[in-house]
Formats: sequence, C-alpha cells, structure tokens
Amino acid sequence: MAKLRGRGYASVNYPTGMNLGGDPSQALIHATTTGTFVVSLSSVDLGQGLKTVVAQCAAETLGLPMENILVDTADTDTGPHCMGTFASRGTHRVGNAVIMAAAEAREVMLAVAAEELEVDAGDLETDGTGYIQVKGAEEKRVHITDLALAAHFTHGRTISGRGIFLKEKNDPVPETGEMDPDSCQAHACTVAVVEVDDETGVVEVLEMHNAYEIGRALNPAMVAQQVEGGAWMGMSHALFESTEPYYPTRDHGPGDFNEYLMPGPADIPMYHNAILERPAGNGPFGAKGIGEMTANAPIPAIANAIFDACGVRLDTMPFTPERVLRGLDELRGNHH
Amino acid sequence: MASQVVNLRVNERSREFLAAPGTSLLSSLRDALGLMAAKRGCAQGSCGTCTVLLDGRPVMSCLVAVETVDGASVRTLEGVARDGELDEVQAAFLEGFATQCGFCTAGMIMSAEALLDRNPDPTREDVVEAISGNVCRCTGYGPIVDAILDAAARRRP
Repeated sequence: MAKLRGRGYASVNYPTGMNLGGDPSQALIHATTTGTFVVSLSSVDLGQGLKTVVAQCAAETLGLPMENILVDTADTDTGPHCMGTFASRGTHRVGNAVIMAAAEAREVMLAVAAEELEVDAGDLETDGTGYIQVKGAEEKRVHITDLALAAHFTHGRTISGRGIFLKEKNDPVPETGEMDPDSCQAHACTVAVVEVDDETGVVEVLEMHNAYEIGRALNPAMVAQQVEGGAWMGMSHALFESTEPYYPTRDHGPGDFNEYLMPGPADIPMYHNAILERPAGNGPFGAKGIGEMTANAPIPAIANAIFDACGVRLDTMPFTPERVLRGLDELRGNHH
Repeated sequence: MASQVVNLRVNERSREFLAAPGTSLLSSLRDALGLMAAKRGCAQGSCGTCTVLLDGRPVMSCLVAVETVDGASVRTLEGVARDGELDEVQAAFLEGFATQCGFCTAGMIMSAEALLDRNPDPTREDVVEAISGNVCRCTGYGPIVDAILDAAARRRP
C-alpha cells in the first residue's frame, strides 16, 4: 500500500463571446452636475468584477480618475441592452461598448472645456487627476467638477456618450463548415500534481501550475483571483461535486452542504500561475475573456495525473475514491 | 406560546425587541434590528455566512434560538469598523482581493475576528481550522487565508 504520485496536464482554447444571431452590448455614459460619470449598463456584476473593469475602461478613455466613475447596472428593463454575462463575454463586449461611449463623452467634455476656457478643443488634454488643461500651458485648466457644473448651468450641454459593441451574426459556409463564431480565443494549460492513496482511493491535488494567455490582463489581481477560484472549482468538479453520484439514477443525491462535497480551505494545492499577454486586436485595450475557461483545464489535468500516478484511466467525474479503487481492482484483475 | 421581549447588547448598544418562540438570532438581527451583514445562506448551519460573535464566540446565528440568549452580547460585521475606519481584518480582505461575490465575506470576517481575539499569532493551519465552517464558492480560499494571516501581522504591535 502506497501513496502514488503523478503529474498530468491539459490545455484549453476558449472562445470569447459567441455568435448567436448577432451578439451586442450597449453602454451609455453621462456626467452628473458634479462631474461623476455614470456608466449605465444592463450587464450584471455577480462577483466576476465587471464593474471594476468597466470603471477602469471608462476612466482610462475619459482621462479621469476611477473615483469619477459610477457604474450603474441596476435595471435590465430600463438600461441599455446587454445580451448577458455568459460565454466569458463581459469584459470584451461591455468593455468595448464602454470605451466607445467614453470616447464620445470625452469629445463632448473637451468641446465644453474649450468653450469654458475659450480655446480650441484640439489644444486640450486631460491630466488624469481630474483637470482638463491646455497642452503646454497647464495653468490654463478647469477641473471636471467645475466643468460639469458649467456644462449644466452655463452652456446648456450634456456631457454624454453612446457605445455599442456588436459581434455580427455569422453563418457557417455550407460546403466547409467554416465560420467566425467568436471574437478571439484565450488559451490555457494546467499541470496538476496529485497523490493517489492506493488503499483508500483518495486523490489529493498537491500542485496546480496554470499558464494563461488572455490578451491583456486589464486587472492582474482580479485575473489571479479568477485563475485560482476557477482552479479550485475545477478541482472540486474533478474530485468532489456531483448532484447525481449514481447517474442516471438519482440515488444518494446530496440534499445540502453537508452532503454536497467541495474542497475546503485545507484541501487547496500549491498554485503557481503565469499570465501571458498577447493583446487581441478587437479586445478592449487588447483583453480577451477569462471567465469560464479557468475551471476547464484542471479537470482533465487531474484525470491525466491520476492515470500517471496509478494507471487508472477515469472518464467519469467526480474521480471519487470508489471509482479509483474500482479502477485499481480492474488493473489487478480483481473483478467483482 | 406568546412572543417575548428579548434584550441583547448588539455592537455595544442595548437593543430590545419582540421575538416569537424559536425565532433565530439571524432573523432577529436581520428582520428586527435591520442588521443585514450576516447572510441567510443554508439556514441549517452548514455554510457559515451567518456567523456572528455571541459573547465573543463565533456561532452560526441561524441555529441559535434568540430567546435562549436573552441578555447576551452580540457582535456583527456592522460593529467591526471603528469610527468609519476598516479594522485590520477588513482592510486585509479588501487589499488582498479576498472577496469576489461577497456572500461569504461577513461570516469569514467574523470567524477571523474570533480567531484573532483568542489567538493573535495563528499559524496557517489555525486559520484553515477557524474558517473550516465557512463555505466560499468564488475564491478557492487561498486569498482569504492569506488575508487573515495578513490581518494578524497588521495587528501585532
């Protein structure tokens, strides 16, 4: 009886967004009287960080601090249209729409500043801290708070912008099946190191090495969150989670968190993550989607590591002790 | 049985309210006192997102019948920040990217506060043990464990 160590890897190419009948998302931006830019979206943030990334895109494009951006994702009845947060499309679709809206709002902002400062809009720049100033004569400047007040109460202008990103519908070529189903593809590889206890059948993941090529990491800390959270979820699906452990029968299905097994904080492996950035031409500042794909590669990587460790080839998740032991029995010629 | 008056000292304030028999501490906090940080996740003591400190000890507030703790002292996430300033655990969670969807965060932070109150210098294993009753679905736990260790370091003189 021994603990057998093995290593396996798996790779994934993952599409950003999808084709559907055309895949659009819209964004609207307007400045309040005090120079807060409200980004109105119907795209929902349920923890994936969309609001943060969108605020970054808006701030970068407007040339204003993040503090001046307020992202409002309140109401899909009244907000501008979004297809939804799925297919790892949020950063790409919504980011692009927000950049377009912010670029239009920036043009208006500079036009109003030109009126206010009595200069040519082409001579103006933003300093990134909240001022719009004359290039080469920085003392001639106006703060966005004063400018927004002036826009509303003196010039009668709205500082606003509209944005949309549309992935157009694309049909397959009947003869070849060729088509353009997504906007770009992110790539990843996971190497998993596991230990298989050949007496109990328990599999422990010791290390996970994750390499991701994701265009551009708009927020590297949130990318790391997504990679590790996804790796955990992949490990969880690989080793623990099932709503129907004896599928197709529904016997012994878990009814609560006591029975629905997941790895806890004591079960996490050592992670090593590498992020490669090769900006996508059509991505917001080059970003591709890094969403669902993070849970994908860990699962076959763990399956391959189990095979490497003990010779058992499992193709049904989760890779429970029972399945490992049955596989070992079969290898030893002990058929039941 | 009739409802009864319950007195609790919640986040250093005396609070008095009516509770029907069997009402959970969690429901009392959320519904009677309007303290919404503690979440109702599984309502059976399995997920930990309702964790609060009861006389200094972490409890699943969904499992505590409030009439049985009349007169007790309760600390919730709302009572952690001081004068509008985040405490060390909150700051470490924020700066360590230890929260994503946020549903587990209130319970995680209260479990961490309880740990650091009784053990200011925990090992990684101590932290893991302290949050073993708190489920997180987003982070994979690593950033949370790191944040609690970071909070302990920040709190050391």
